[in-house]
Amino acid sequence: MAKERKKEKRNFVYPQIPKTPTGITGLDEITQGGIPKGRPTLICGEAGCGKTLLSLEFITRGALEFNEPGVFMAFEEKSEELAMNVASLGFDLHKLQADKKIKIDYVHIDRSEIEETGEYDLDGLFIRLGYAIDSIGAKRVVLDTIENLFSGLSNQAILRAELRRLFHWLKEKGVTAIITGERGHGVSLTRQGLEEYVSDCVILLDHRVINQISTRRLRIVKYRGTVHGTNEYPFLIDEDGISVLPVTSLKLEKEVSSERIPSGIPALDNMLGGKGFFKGSSILVSGTAGTGKTSIAACLANESCNQKKRCLYFAFEESPNQIIRNMKSIDIHLQKHLDKGLLKFHASRPTLHGLEEHLVAMHKLIKKFDPDVVILDPITNLVTIGSVSEVKSMLIRLIDFLLEEQLTVMFTALSLNTVINEQTDEGVSSLVDTWLSVRDIEFNGERNRGMYIMKSRGMKHSNQVREFIITDKGIDLVDVYLGPEGILTGSAREAQKLQEQTEIALRDSAIELKNREIDRKRKVLEAKIAGLQSEFESAEEELNRIYVQEDLVKKIKESNRQKITGLRRGQEDTVKKKEKR
Amino acid sequence: METIATPYELRLYVAGKTTKSVTALANLKKYCEEHLKGQYVIEVIDLLVQPQLAEGDQIFAIPTLVRKVPEPIRKIIGDLSNEEKVLVGLNIRPFNID
Repeated sequence: MAKERKKEKRNFVYPQIPKTPTGITGLDEITQGGIPKGRPTLICGEAGCGKTLLSLEFITRGALEFNEPGVFMAFEEKSEELAMNVASLGFDLHKLQADKKIKIDYVHIDRSEIEETGEYDLDGLFIRLGYAIDSIGAKRVVLDTIENLFSGLSNQAILRAELRRLFHWLKEKGVTAIITGERGHGVSLTRQGLEEYVSDCVILLDHRVINQISTRRLRIVKYRGTVHGTNEYPFLIDEDGISVLPVTSLKLEKEVSSERIPSGIPALDNMLGGKGFFKGSSILVSGTAGTGKTSIAACLANESCNQKKRCLYFAFEESPNQIIRNMKSIDIHLQKHLDKGLLKFHASRPTLHGLEEHLVAMHKLIKKFDPDVVILDPITNLVTIGSVSEVKSMLIRLIDFLLEEQLTVMFTALSLNTVINEQTDEGVSSLVDTWLSVRDIEFNGERNRGMYIMKSRGMKHSNQVREFIITDKGIDLVDVYLGPEGILTGSAREAQKLQEQTEIALRDSAIELKNREIDRKRKVLEAKIAGLQSEFESAEEELNRIYVQEDLVKKIKESNRQKITGLRRGQEDTVKKKEKR
Repeated sequence: METIATPYELRLYVAGKTTKSVTALANLKKYCEEHLKGQYVIEVIDLLVQPQLAEGDQIFAIPTLVRKVPEPIRKIIGDLSNEEKVLVGLNIRPFNID
């Protein structure tokens, strides 16, 4: 059989084998398009792991979404019971049957009613199935659970030969078939070794209970001729049917945005280069108990709602009403956003379901609500239901998904160990883009909160410790004081502030005194200068007076000399005449 | 012991004229003639002709013999080669026991 197919493949080189979408959320992503078209697929798992639901969803979604009618051959449950089971998912099997979209054929096998004598074959089943397929033109077939034949009939040799023939026949018919089988004991996938017959695609469902918490998982054991995800994927059964979460994306190719969103605390925005967080980044707020992590988260929620953005708040610790009431005390009113539908709370106990199912549930809620900001408060509580590594792997996938969706996410985390508070319990610190740490600073007989940015990728951010104060007006950050004994917070900071004010006042008065003294000195000097000036003037006058006197003396002397000279040259007559006259 | 007042209504489901079907019909006729002479009706249904009838009687194996009357319905699958099993299955007590 295998050889045949290989030959076939060589002849027809498909880029991918043709696939039939199942319509089940997530499963088509993992299988990259669905289950192999026109071939049987085996779904195996233990009792109660969702085989029947998965196959029934395959049929109904096929009929509703892909217009491919289907036949559901039930060996376990009656048509009525099946209809009841999926009625809660909103599938109306009665109507679908009436519309000839699907056909449910219940095959009743009861050993007590049956005797076997001699040779027989399962042509009856073939004819029934063939008739059902032809009557509605079915493209999809489910046989659930064909292994029941083994409990009803004793001739194994005939059964095995007939099953082989059945699967061949289904292929010839060209229908895409799902065969379900109970998980076998030991290594075999199914009790009756159905995997031997169905070799194209085998999907294993699993329902595990670890630490009293159940988790459903799905794994593609094999899928010939195509690439597929090989991991175990968690899945959830809820009111919308099955959702599988292809959580581990293989690529790191997400888009980035340089748009900023404010944190709702202006001082914090200032610390983050003045603008706040990047849109689509992940923010971790860690701190010890009672340091105000939830308040920071509520601030972000409030701010983004004020900007008409949608915010989804996952609360794992407090109920929505509790958060709303508590935040009112610091002037953050969330109720109005809730009423407007911008804010949505989803409160659940971590122990409600397994980690993976939490992830699926979050995934679904996020897809449904389409928020811009997601808050998880706190992630620490998830540790109660999983180991650190499990929580980490879950958070990685969650962050991955959120970043792909360009959502901003804020986690709060309680650090239990105050000594090594560089480390969060969940070990997500390396994954996040921005990490705010809120720490208790114990000093001077009081506890105060200090906040610092441990890291913030791609932006200039403050390296300072700020004191983080929660008042009735909201949250504020204040510069902490660096005193001789280290950083000062709370009342010590206030005291320091007062002291500084006193110092300033003292200095001011000292300066005033000095100024006055200078004034006085100037006045004294000015007076001195005036005295000297007048002294100088009188001296000058004195000098001037002497100078005039000398001049006068000189003039008189000159005239006297001239007179004397005249007398000596015989001009005595004249002189005499003159004298006579 | 002559309480077999109810006639037997037997229905044999076959799919075409296969060896098994032919053998089964031959065997059935033989047993009935032996043990239920005059008290039985055999209806042969070929599912290749009337596939819609397979669902009603919950037929999955071929050939299947269904005892419609008397109640409860009993089914015997196979070519009916083991006489004893067929008689037990149909709840027919052989005459020669008396």
